Amino acid sequence: MLILECPYCGVKADETELSAGGEAHLKRFGPGADDESFEGYLFARENPKGVHFERWRHSYGCGKWFHAARNTATLEVYGTYPAQVSVPPKDILKTISAAVPGWRWRDLG
Amino acid sequence: MKRYSVFAVAREALRHHTGWERAWRSPAPKRRYDVVIVGAGGHGLATAYYLGKNFGITNVAVIEKGWLGGGNTGRNTTIIRSNYLQDASAAIYEKARSLYETMSQDLNYNVMFSPRGVMMLAQTQHEVRGYKRTAHANLLQGVATEFISPARVKELVPIIHLEGPRYPVLGALWQPRGGTARHDAVAWGYARACSAMGMDIIQQCEVTGVRTENGQVRGVETTKGAIDCAKLGIVVAGHSSVLAQMAGFRLPIESLALQALVSEPIKPCMDVVVMANTVHGYMSQSDKGEMVIGGGTDGFNNYTQRGSFHHIEETVRALIETFPMISRLKMLRQWGGIVDMTGDRSPILSKTPLEGCFVNCGWGTGGFKAIPGSGWAMAELMATGASPLAAEFSLSRFREGRFIDESVAAGVAH
Repeated sequence: MLILECPYCGVKADETELSAGGEAHLKRFGPGADDESFEGYLFARENPKGVHFERWRHSYGCGKWFHAARNTATLEVYGTYPAQVSVPPKDILKTISAAVPGWRWRDLG
Repeated sequence: MKRYSVFAVAREALRHHTGWERAWRSPAPKRRYDVVIVGAGGHGLATAYYLGKNFGITNVAVIEKGWLGGGNTGRNTTIIRSNYLQDASAAIYEKARSLYETMSQDLNYNVMFSPRGVMMLAQTQHEVRGYKRTAHANLLQGVATEFISPARVKELVPIIHLEGPRYPVLGALWQPRGGTARHDAVAWGYARACSAMGMDIIQQCEVTGVRTENGQVRGVETTKGAIDCAKLGIVVAGHSSVLAQMAGFRLPIESLALQALVSEPIKPCMDVVVMANTVHGYMSQSDKGEMVIGGGTDGFNNYTQRGSFHHIEETVRALIETFPMISRLKMLRQWGGIVDMTGDRSPILSKTPLEGCFVNCGWGTGGFKAIPGSGWAMAELMATGASPLAAEFSLSRFREGRFIDESVAAGVAH
């Protein structure tokens, strides 16, 4: 059972209380973008075996969106952080580097 | 390869079974092959088999990180059906179903194909309309299905409870020629036939890199050394994104855990496959008497081959309402596999941005039924550069907006 701490209300919520929202920190492309960028934004997904950043929603709690840093190969959780940022906070990146030396995710790592 | 037959059984019985040979060879990899297939599951082995059988390409290696058929091929609920709404899907799944009918004879290996019939319950008015539409579409596609009444459902499945109250059975989409097969035997049978054609099946050999030159594939790096090839087929289901990253492109795929479970064995009580898509549960009885139960996928990316308990609970809770007699059954085993889900829930059989490299992935929660058709189309694609069965399933469909939207058609991950 995956347990994430909501960064807003501080509740340690198990996954039945949460909704997964997919890959985090997407750069959005709209009308006017070239086909490749638009396709990349809509369909191509980071799907790493290892460190991953995701959007989650505390659906049956405070209802707010937040981010989580997780490992898809071990189910380890490195931390959660608010939705209003475009890069993960430094302390979480440090935790990940200590746990998984040499990790990469897009241009992070 | 010595053929299996009633005479072989008699001969071996008389000499204390000392003459059986290994079903397939396990050679060390050669330096170079014409074709390397990554992934010795059903789809990878079927691709290799039809490359040899239909196109005479036998200088082929099938390399496998773990053991043969140990991924999703050995983890599914063995359901075979082809009652899809979209033409492209119906064509490839019906090709697969028809190949299953003659597979045991073709491979000289008993895959125990059992065309016992597959029933998809309609438990909401929406499903009734949807399945009637599918039945009409199947009629045009040449796939034999019909929409049947609740009374007929009860006749075919006496243990079913029709009245609900949450999800009453309002009818069903019935495909009498669907069924099940022995999943391990499918992998083993293809492996034995590939080995007999001179192909090398190399287990315990993980691909660690893809070697390229000027946008053209040159070979793979593996834990057993470098292997050169002219053409590379990536057929690795849940790990497709990992291999694609090695080859330098991205896929519209996310890997999720899908679970299944079996009960203790009981006397024969249900001789068809029943799927209840509204509540995300499906059930059949194995030849050993176990009730084989599957549900929906977990909700988040996961490579650990184990899932969350609450999904099992949801599936079983819903099935108990439809099949009250299973409420006292003990469950024996539960397991998970990693499925590769695309945005439109349809597979990808395609060339890739890397010349000479092909992918066969995205079968998601419904890959087992497609194995022979998938291998047939993938072999044609790799040998000739195009396949009518695979054409609609190219990677370019996402950019061009030509989705094969079975997730809308089925209303459920299938």
